[in-house]
Amino acid sequence: MQPLKRFLPLAAFLLLVVLLVRGLSLDPTELPSARLGDSLPEFELPILGESSSRRAEDWHGEPALINVWATWCFSCRVEHPYLLELAEKGIIIYGLNYKDDPEKALIWLDDLGDPYAETVVDEAGVFGLDLGVYGAPETYVIDASGVVRHRHVGVVNEDVWIEQLAPYFEVRDGEPELVGSSD
Amino acid sequence: MVRLLFLLTIAWSSQSWAVIETYEFSSPDLEQRYKALSQELRCPKCQNQNIADSNAPISRDLRAIVHEQLEAGASDQEITNFLVDRYGEFVRYRPGVDSNTLWLWSAPVVLFVMAIAVVLLQIRKDRDGQTVSSNAERADRLKEKFDGDQS
Repeated sequence: MQPLKRFLPLAAFLLLVVLLVRGLSLDPTELPSARLGDSLPEFELPILGESSSRRAEDWHGEPALINVWATWCFSCRVEHPYLLELAEKGIIIYGLNYKDDPEKALIWLDDLGDPYAETVVDEAGVFGLDLGVYGAPETYVIDASGVVRHRHVGVVNEDVWIEQLAPYFEVRDGEPELVGSSD
Repeated sequence: MVRLLFLLTIAWSSQSWAVIETYEFSSPDLEQRYKALSQELRCPKCQNQNIADSNAPISRDLRAIVHEQLEAGASDQEITNFLVDRYGEFVRYRPGVDSNTLWLWSAPVVLFVMAIAVVLLQIRKDRDGQTVSSNAERADRLKEKFDGDQS
């Protein structure tokens, strides 16, 4: 009994080390979306620069990224060139112009290039709220049936694409395809 | 001139501090509930502030939602559920019990029981072992020990 007891403080210390190392390696700012595994919330929003509008169902059929952006968002400018690269690879990116001035948004796309298959305008942030957006930029992965699979908060760059987003797409013959999109 | 400067300063400073908007409520009861709710809902952007204290755009939006839904007659529970559906359990400073928060909720009870157990064990140990029945006995023991060391 006595020799065992002698190691009790050491055991407690090791337990503490394990807990602290784990605690420090967790990122408390990382929030999984509350919408994971759910269909995209219903919406009907005008398309930027056009008079027609879009609904959630219109984005079904192929896996895609939904990128939440605004002209007031500095980080959006940072990730923009990489989004253009992704679009060039054939990844479908839908833009959600979030709480922004549509005219400024059009100028932004004219100046910097347009990576979006189409951009819908959410001036009041109503759809953003339904989706659980709390800032820009945010990027969501939806599968072919419109189910939210992943959310990334912050700038999308090559690391983020490879580690977090690309696993949901499989690029075959230049055509992206979502892995396990059967459900 | 000084007076004008003074007035300008006052005007400017009050403006710069008026970050957080105020709402009109149709009844004091609603206002009370608004205060309670906005204290207890957490800002998803600035994670260690509630939406009452935060001036992040998202907190402003959430306050507007809370105000709007209160005036529309929603219950506290309905408003909380509305936000949890969109932002997850994270938005509540008092999250419900689920597999994630089980330890959080049970830790106080578990620790309390453990503390009581340790105290009880210690008491029993003291009673069985080291306690002495009288001063005389203690004196004898000391003397024995002292003599033993001397020889």
